[in-house]
Amino acid sequence: MPGTDDLQKAERFREAALPYLDDVYTLARYLLRDASDAEDAVQECYLRALKHFDSYRGPAMKPWLFAILRNVCNAEYARRAHSHAAIEDTPGAAEQTPMWQETEASPETEVLRSRDAGAIRKLIDALAEPFKETFVLREINNLSYREIAEAVGAPVGTVMSRLARARAMLRAAWMAGEEHSR
Amino acid sequence: MTCDEAKILLHALLDNELDAGHAREIEAHIASCPACAAELAAQREMQRVLADTNLRYTAPDRLRARIEASLPQPQRQPSRRSVLRGFAMGSAVSALAASGVVAVVLRQDDQQRILSEVVSAHLRSLQAGHLTDVISTDQHTVKPWFNGKLDVAPPVIDLTAQGFTLVGGRLDYIDARAIGAVVYRRRQHVINLFVSQTSNIEYRAPKTETMQGFNCRRWGNRGLNFWAVSDLGADELTEFVDKFEAAMKVNVEG
Repeated sequence: MPGTDDLQKAERFREAALPYLDDVYTLARYLLRDASDAEDAVQECYLRALKHFDSYRGPAMKPWLFAILRNVCNAEYARRAHSHAAIEDTPGAAEQTPMWQETEASPETEVLRSRDAGAIRKLIDALAEPFKETFVLREINNLSYREIAEAVGAPVGTVMSRLARARAMLRAAWMAGEEHSR
Repeated sequence: MTCDEAKILLHALLDNELDAGHAREIEAHIASCPACAAELAAQREMQRVLADTNLRYTAPDRLRARIEASLPQPQRQPSRRSVLRGFAMGSAVSALAASGVVAVVLRQDDQQRILSEVVSAHLRSLQAGHLTDVISTDQHTVKPWFNGKLDVAPPVIDLTAQGFTLVGGRLDYIDARAIGAVVYRRRQHVINLFVSQTSNIEYRAPKTETMQGFNCRRWGNRGLNFWAVSDLGADELTEFVDKFEAAMKVNVEG
């Protein structure tokens, strides 16, 4: 039988953390690309968050939950090691792939055809980490650069350059897809 | 500014993350560089299309239920009959709660943002040297200090006799407006009482919310909004608000 303190803590936790369930689940779906793995990861994330709730003094709840979810997902990546890399920068990755040439072919003449949500989700799913994570946190979960920096433990400048890279890659994939479908 | 820098910074411009100085710099670059101007237009268009598309996922109800079930629950020893009744009631209640929660979450979005600003302001005030702009335990010193700095000077009431020591006052910014903060202390705990003017003159009963481990008790009275924030326990914060309101009543009527 749980004590009164535990019950009060659970109630405070419920009020503080459960409103963000859809946000956390959305990030998990993009990071893990699998509905049932995402459910497991989100549940584990909330268990860990409750466990550490006593010591929680900020940052804002959403980035804090995302930071915990990232740790859970990294463990899941390790388990799947054969098919995925963890959400860390591969040394030199930025140098290996030229950053901007993707969209330099006279972008003013190219217009994006709108696509349905399913097609866009697939394009986002296909982005490499850590660019996908940064993109989802900004564009879908609406975090500020500073909050993203808190959630992923990277400087704001890194967040900004990852986001620029992610959007350039997404736009390139989008345009490439349109050429195929023409 | 080089094009390489501009092609990163234009994203911060799109996201409204730049201060005025940097925004002017990148805008000047874009005005003179067709390639970067085209890149900005392309990215702006993609952002617009993305914003019009629902890319979020909704957590399945069973996941919510699994998480709820893993939280400590008040447990009685239920009879078999009450388990069954609870089950039938439970699904009706949770269906109601689920729809209610959506409405409440949407409507309170603004209040949540302000609450989070209030708590951030409280946290900032706890850093060394940020707590008070005017230090005095005398309400007749603190109150005039606010005059001319704000549209409405907050009520400053000495509650030392009631166990809450007046420490001073401070100007703060909440919701992009300057507002007054009156600072109290009980033992080692700081209480920030934020006061802002509102057009709503109806009395709104105090309500305690918790954010980032701080308790915030918010209420409205006499055309003012109040937020009392502290790491004090909810019961002591309630006591503070009760004593403050009682003293206000005496001041107004007396």
